[in-house]
This record gives sequence, structure tokens and C-alpha cells, in this order.
Amino acid sequence: MSTLESFGEYETAWCPGCGNFKLLEAVKQGLVQAGLEPRQVLFVSGIGQAAKAPHYLNANVFNGLHGRALPVATGAKLANPELIVIAESGDGCIYGEGGNHFLAAVRRNIDITVLVHNNQVYALTKGQASPTSDQGFVTKAQPEGVLEAPFNPVEVAVAMQAGFVARGFVGKPEHLAGLIQQAIAHKGFSLIDVLQNCVSFNKVNTLAWYRDHSYLLPETHDPRDGGAAIKVAREWGDKIPLGIIFRNDRPSFVERASHSVNLAKTAGQVDKTVLNAIMDTYS
Amino acid sequence: MRNGTLNILIGGEAGQGLVTIGQLQSRILVRSGYSILSTQSYMSRIRGGHNSFSIRVGPDGVLAPEEMIDLLVALDSTTVELHRKELSPKGVIIADEQFELTGDHLLEVPYSKLGKRKQMNVAAVGVMNSLLGLEQAVAAQTIDQFFGRKDPKVQEDNRQALEKSLEWAKTIENKTLKLAPVTAREKMLMLSGNECLALGALAAGLKFYSFYPMTPTTGIGQTLAALAKTAGIIVEQGEDEIAALNMALGASFAGAPSMVATSGGGFALMVEAVSLAGMTETPIVIVVGQRPAPATGLPTRTEQADLEFVLHAGHGEFPRAVFAPGTVEDCFFIPGRALALAEKYQSPIFILTDQFVADSYRSVKPFDLKDLTPVRPGADENAITQPYRRYALTESGVSPRLLPGMSKHLVVADSDEHTEDGHLTEDLSARKQMVEKRLRKLEGMRREVIPPEFIGNPDPELLLVCWGSTKGSALEAAGDLRTGGRRMGVLHFTQVWPLVQEQFLGLLEKAGQAVCVESNAQGQFARLIRRETGFEIKRQIHRYDGLPITPEFILRELKESR
Repeated sequence: MSTLESFGEYETAWCPGCGNFKLLEAVKQGLVQAGLEPRQVLFVSGIGQAAKAPHYLNANVFNGLHGRALPVATGAKLANPELIVIAESGDGCIYGEGGNHFLAAVRRNIDITVLVHNNQVYALTKGQASPTSDQGFVTKAQPEGVLEAPFNPVEVAVAMQAGFVARGFVGKPEHLAGLIQQAIAHKGFSLIDVLQNCVSFNKVNTLAWYRDHSYLLPETHDPRDGGAAIKVAREWGDKIPLGIIFRNDRPSFVERASHSVNLAKTAGQVDKTVLNAIMDTYS
Repeated sequence: MRNGTLNILIGGEAGQGLVTIGQLQSRILVRSGYSILSTQSYMSRIRGGHNSFSIRVGPDGVLAPEEMIDLLVALDSTTVELHRKELSPKGVIIADEQFELTGDHLLEVPYSKLGKRKQMNVAAVGVMNSLLGLEQAVAAQTIDQFFGRKDPKVQEDNRQALEKSLEWAKTIENKTLKLAPVTAREKMLMLSGNECLALGALAAGLKFYSFYPMTPTTGIGQTLAALAKTAGIIVEQGEDEIAALNMALGASFAGAPSMVATSGGGFALMVEAVSLAGMTETPIVIVVGQRPAPATGLPTRTEQADLEFVLHAGHGEFPRAVFAPGTVEDCFFIPGRALALAEKYQSPIFILTDQFVADSYRSVKPFDLKDLTPVRPGADENAITQPYRRYALTESGVSPRLLPGMSKHLVVADSDEHTEDGHLTEDLSARKQMVEKRLRKLEGMRREVIPPEFIGNPDPELLLVCWGSTKGSALEAAGDLRTGGRRMGVLHFTQVWPLVQEQFLGLLEKAGQAVCVESNAQGQFARLIRRETGFEIKRQIHRYDGLPITPEFILRELKESR
């Protein structure tokens, strides 16, 4: 049995008061609740302050390139389906630089959990607009305010029939830990968009702002009702829903494939009889 | 009819079935015991245009493609217009009588009387077989197999078309194209460069392959996809080349020997992840099938102009090796070497091919699979000193690589500069140590370089230096000149990086004159040799019109530039 201590305690490179701290705690809590040992879990991250998170706990880690966490996570899961694969990065990394991979991962319904630290700003590069920044959000790079409409990841994921779509908030870490536990348990693609404050570069969407503008979905919300889910997913601004917004049990990528194999376990083996038969077809 | 061979060119519009005819005829020739080299020249379109499929055939060891045509099989009248000037003095044109062509060398075939419209390709094969003097039984059996036996009606139509065309062809008096009978008929395989890369990788223990379709390497993925279930591997089409390589790195990190393939433009998208492989020390084999660029270039033609690109691709400094198969057979053995090297040195390893070798079919002896050892990823957990550090500093620069979830240890890999345990660091002395550790691996790689092959007179007056797919043409051109009394040598590089000058500098210095032959405009390999050794190969032959270098091309250039 793992405990919070199994996942360690490390010094971080984050600003005091950053939402990442609560998120990290919720991740550890979620893993403990899921009954997982550090060695069973692989975190794949991109680049950004959020992408550093896996360095601050005990687990297997592949900290790759900006925007490319999802294809690496997909490859690792395909190679060894026994690994619990969690892709963890920020809104810029997953929804911006890696936007195409996000769409492809939803379509594949690959059995990974995607945890997005969404603070609506690029923080590591010191405060530019992100794909989820609200229109009018003023930064040094967007002095007249953001002109583009924001990307709504939850709505896109619901529209694409993603397996498990949820939103969490660092102001409700226990609720978030529960979402993480359920997302890991879900067989298929799981997205948790996590609202979090950036104390240095987002003075609009602060911890208090998120607290005042969000609400927990009531038990009457049925995440298996697609029509209801898409309505809820569109909510933003004064009423931001938290909780499991949508889920379905369509078979995951690996379940749909005609053959499944643990490549990490069969590596080093080549059946020469099969190989000879293949070669013979070219005569 | 150079050097006892015969050159057949089948030409027509895309969509007319010329590849079917070409592959079918190639297979019949291989099964009849002949040596072949077939090359494809096609336009980047699905229908129309002008495409061709050439088969050079001889009793043994066809080395290179040929320009002169002995048998022109025209599926449209444009083919005759375009290729008539390449016809050899005794050459024959086979064309539909309905084209109502005029001129010499013409053999007009009444296709409408030999079978249904759909059976025209079978009828064309029948006429060719008759002219070449091949055994009817081999053709009949090959056609049956090629089209499958599912539909008895089609099978019967094919049989009738073959018989009728052979019957009709009996009346032809032309005997100049008859091939000399082959005495010892060994079992041979017919394989393209792409197929060999796929099968060679499979034989060497490849488990994961991801790709985004791009000519000329799409065939590798399609070959592997068809075999995935049988062979227990995973083949996945990525949403783009960036995903393809990152996915393969994820799979490799998790323990699956992995490979990707693309061409120049797709590789440009992969480049950031090449550097990621270098930094995270993740084994990966990357096939780059070259085609003429910049940008989209000539998508379906050939070139060798991405050598410098592949050598320098990826920001920062990290070790790599680059192979360049000289023949279709090399395409079978190189992936094994590349996968093993990738695993041993935990680095990106490249296989640089081109459209010519990728799409060329050759008759090859069945490969000996007995001694093949599949690559085994990861280090032995029991040999690990505690605590486990993924990037432990070692003398060789190689750190024991454990696989996540496969041992009691945690594996941490990072694209940031990192400490020995894989966590990101900005400790500048650690940075320096890690740079040196990574680069130390190059020393080991240098000890395992495949030396260039030298063929010819030990003291050549003229030495043709080449790399990759130009090998056959250089050998044949050198052979012709040797027959003409000249002392000739060929120096061929199957591995173009790292270069170990002790393996070849003496040969360059000893030669009367060295000539570098390559399919690019700036002499990239000659430039590399100069950079690495200081030796300048002053005389160079370049081809960059999209066609493969042929023996005739080399001979013409040597004459003109003398």
C-alpha cells in the first residue's frame, strides 16, 4: 500500500502561492486513493512551469518537449499497456503547441490520463496569452488585449466524445484528487482541465476569481447524457462547472485493436518460423 | 543490351496498371532464375501523366539501371513519343494496334482480340514472355498467384488471355530479345528497398513503428502494417511527423525497439525530437528516404541532397550515426545494425535512403536468418549499483538504461539538462559533465563504423568515390572502363557518419585521381570528406535532375569533364 510519503516531498522551482502546489498534493492523494505504487506510474510532461511537476514526486518520468507530451505518452502506453500513463502539462503546452496531438489523442481514445494545469497564461515565458486566455486579457505581448476567442478544451473534448471529461480546481484539492482517481480508473482517454491561479502573471483569474466563478456540478448532472454535457461544457465566465462533465465507455484504442501485445515484455524475441514464412511470401 | 543484360521499359498513364505489369513481369523473371533490377519513375498524381517501370534483366548480378531500352512496352502512344529515342538499335516497341503508330521497331498487338479490356496487362505479359523466350508454366503460375484465386471467373479470363497472347506471339519472328537460358535456378526473393528495410527491421527485433505517410518511404509502413498482427508488433500512423517521432520515443523509452521513416520535409518536422532523443538518450532508428527538395520539390523522384541536413539535424551537440545502404540487400541488414547501435549507444541512428533504392525491386538470395540476434532493450536490473541513476556518469558515456515499470527502480528521463538521476538542473558543472558524457559515446560508435568498401585495381588511376544507392552504377561504370584498359577503383561508403579517416584516406591519396559521384548539386559528401580529413576531391560528378545516376551518366560525365 502506498501512502503520500511514498510519492516523496521535494523542493520546487515554483513561486510561493502558485496553484501548482495544491495540484501536486492532489495528484499524490489521487494516486494513493487509486492504490498505485510509484513504479507502476509513468508521468509524461512537456515544457512549462506545470511540466516540472513530475520532477517533484516519486514515479517514472519522461519530461519531453513543449507540446509533445501526448504522443510520447501514447507511444509509451502502446508499448507497455500495464503502465499507468499520466500526461501532465500546462494549457499552452497541451492546447496550444500540442493542439493537434490533443485532438488525435481524443480520437484514439488511448487509455491515458491528461492533467492540464490551466492558468490561462504562459507563465514560464513571463506572461503572454495562452489558448485559454479570455478575450481582452492584457499582457506585454498582447497590449491591446487578446483578440482571439478562447479555446474551450472541455467543450471540444465533449463534442469529440472523449471518454472522460472533467474540470477540477486547485481551490478544491480533495475534489480534484477524487477526479484524478476516477480518471485513472477510466479505460480510455481522460481529460482533467484544472483551473489554477498564476500569482505572477494572471492578476485577473486569481484564486478568489476562480472560487467566485465556479460551482460544483450537482448530483443531478448525468455525465452520460451528451446533450446535457455539451450545455454544461459551454458554461464559462460567471458559472464555471467543476466535476465530471462527460463520460462514455466506448472501447479504448488498445481494446479496439485486433491484437494487443506488451512490447516491453516481448522485446528481444523474434519467432524465426513466422519470419521465415513471411520471407517466403516474397519468392 | 549493356554487359549481357536486357532493358525493358513499361510506360503509360498513372492508373493504367503498369506497376502491376512491371511487378508481375519482374516476379516471373526472378522465378525463371534471372537477376533483375527494376526501377520506377512516376509522377505525383493518381491518374494520367506519364509513368514508367523499367526492368533490367540478365543471367546474373545486374548492378544498376540502364538508359537504353531494348523492349518498350507502350500502354499509350505518348510512351512511344517520349522513349523512342532511347531505343537500342535492335530494340522492339510493343504497342496496341489501335494506336495506329508508324515507324520502325514496332510490334503492333491486337489486344482487343486477346482478351477483355481488364486482361490487357496479362496479354502484355504474355507477349513479353514470348519475346523473351520464358517458360510458359512459370508465367501462368505467377499470374494465378498474383491476382489471387478468389474469383474463378477472373482466373479463367486471365488464363485465356495468357494463352491467346502466347499463341499470337508465336507468329513473331523477332528472336533478338530471347534471354539466354539460366542453368542453375536458385530460389530467389523479389524485394524492394522499402520492403527490405521493413523485413530487416522486423528480423532485428523491431516492435514499434510510427509514421506519417510520405513518398518515398510510405511502403515501409505499409509492409509492416500488413505484418503487424502476424509478427506481434505495433504500427501506428501519427497525426503528423512530430507525433510519429515523439510517439516512437515514448515507445522506445518504455521498452519497444522503435523506428520511424519519412522524407526530407517530414524529417524537418521531426528535427526537434531528434534532439530530444539525443538529450534523453532514447534509442531510435530514423529512416530518411531522400527525394528532390527544397520544400515539396519533386515528390516522386530521387536525390541525395539531405546528407548535410541529416548530419546536422537537431539543436545542440549529441552523437549519431548515419547509414546509407548501397543496395536493396543492404536495406535488409542495415536496420539490424542501426537498431543494435541505437540501443547500445542510446542515440538517434539514421538510415539515409532515396527514392531510387526505396522503390527498386531486386532479385535477392534468401537471407540467412539463423545468426540474427534480435535487439534486447534495457540493461540487466541485477547489475545496477544503488541508487539507480538513469544518467550515471560512466567511462564509455553509456549509462545503464532501465525500462519504466519493468524493475523496482524508477526511471526518470529529461529534455532539460539533468543530474545523473534524471532531474532537471541548472548546476553548470553538472551540465559540463553531461555534455562530455553524451559525447563520449561517439568514441564507441567510431570503433564500430562499417569501413568503406574498396573494389578494383589496388593502384587505381581513377577512383570513383560514392555513398548510398549510387554504388551499382559506379561499379558498372568502373567495370566498363576497366574493360577498356584503365586501372579503376570504387570506394563506396555504406556508413557516412562518423567518418574514420584511417579507413580510407590512404586510398584517396594513393589514387591517380579521385572522382566523387553523388546525386546532389553541391557535392555534399565530398565536402564532408574535406571537412573531416582535409582531402579535397577536386573532380566531382553531380546529378540533380531527379533521375538516378546510371553507369552511362557517369561515363558521359567522365568523358565531358576530362
